[in-house]
Amino acid sequence: MPETVTFFLFAALAVIASLLVIGQRNPMYSVLLLIASFGALSGLYIQLEAPFVAVAQIIIYAGAIMVLFLFVVMLLNAPKEDAAEWDRTHPLRQPGVARWGTLLVGLLIVQLAMALLAVREYHTPVGAQSDATAVNSVAEMGRSIFTRHTFAFEATSILILVAMVGAVVLARREGDQ
Amino acid sequence: MIPLSYYLILSAMLFAIGAAGVFLRRNLITILLSVEIMLNAVNLTFVAFGRFAGDLDGQIITFFVMTVAAAEAAVGLALVIALFRHRESLNPDAFTTLKW
Repeated sequence: MPETVTFFLFAALAVIASLLVIGQRNPMYSVLLLIASFGALSGLYIQLEAPFVAVAQIIIYAGAIMVLFLFVVMLLNAPKEDAAEWDRTHPLRQPGVARWGTLLVGLLIVQLAMALLAVREYHTPVGAQSDATAVNSVAEMGRSIFTRHTFAFEATSILILVAMVGAVVLARREGDQ
Repeated sequence: MIPLSYYLILSAMLFAIGAAGVFLRRNLITILLSVEIMLNAVNLTFVAFGRFAGDLDGQIITFFVMTVAAAEAAVGLALVIALFRHRESLNPDAFTTLKW
């Protein structure tokens, strides 16, 4: 089953890269590992018959957003976290908070296990109830965005404009006029 | 054919990793990266359910999530730069006062 093999390959890559992202002390490596994780997710999108999302994932996430992060990491010349000291002063390290946190994590695990045990259709294949041509057409997707979802699309353009102006205003030095 | 539940479990794992990163890490940039991991986990859920239902809306909302993520990253990183100028630190605990 090549499909199963590629799924587990991409899934393992995504999980391991994401774990290393939060396990790294050096933000530079974190950003590069996150790009690997996004690449793996893009492979999964291709398996899910979503070519547009797969390509957008590479171009927008790995290409644009992560480059922005890389620029900021290099611009700030951020040092590695002062690990020992920051960990010692972490608010979650205080005994009371740590106990509550452990309790909540335990409750969450119990609840997740109960929810997973209640699922009956574990093995229904993801594409069993529909054929691939219903979802893999980029032309159909564009038509839907510009007809049914026009309002959301226009709202998004305003959001991007606001974000752009906001980023310029926030990152400006106070002295410049 | 991969069962839908595999995709959902993978997505839950990625979301949990992202949430753990937000809580456990003390570097503003890593916290923003963890938020991106969580957004991606949700995107995977949307696309998997869209494929399951044979419906394009799952992919379309993923497209909107991506644009919101881009806007969030731009504003978030601008804030990080502005904060770093004031305190020369990326530790969120350096910014506990709202005004200085």
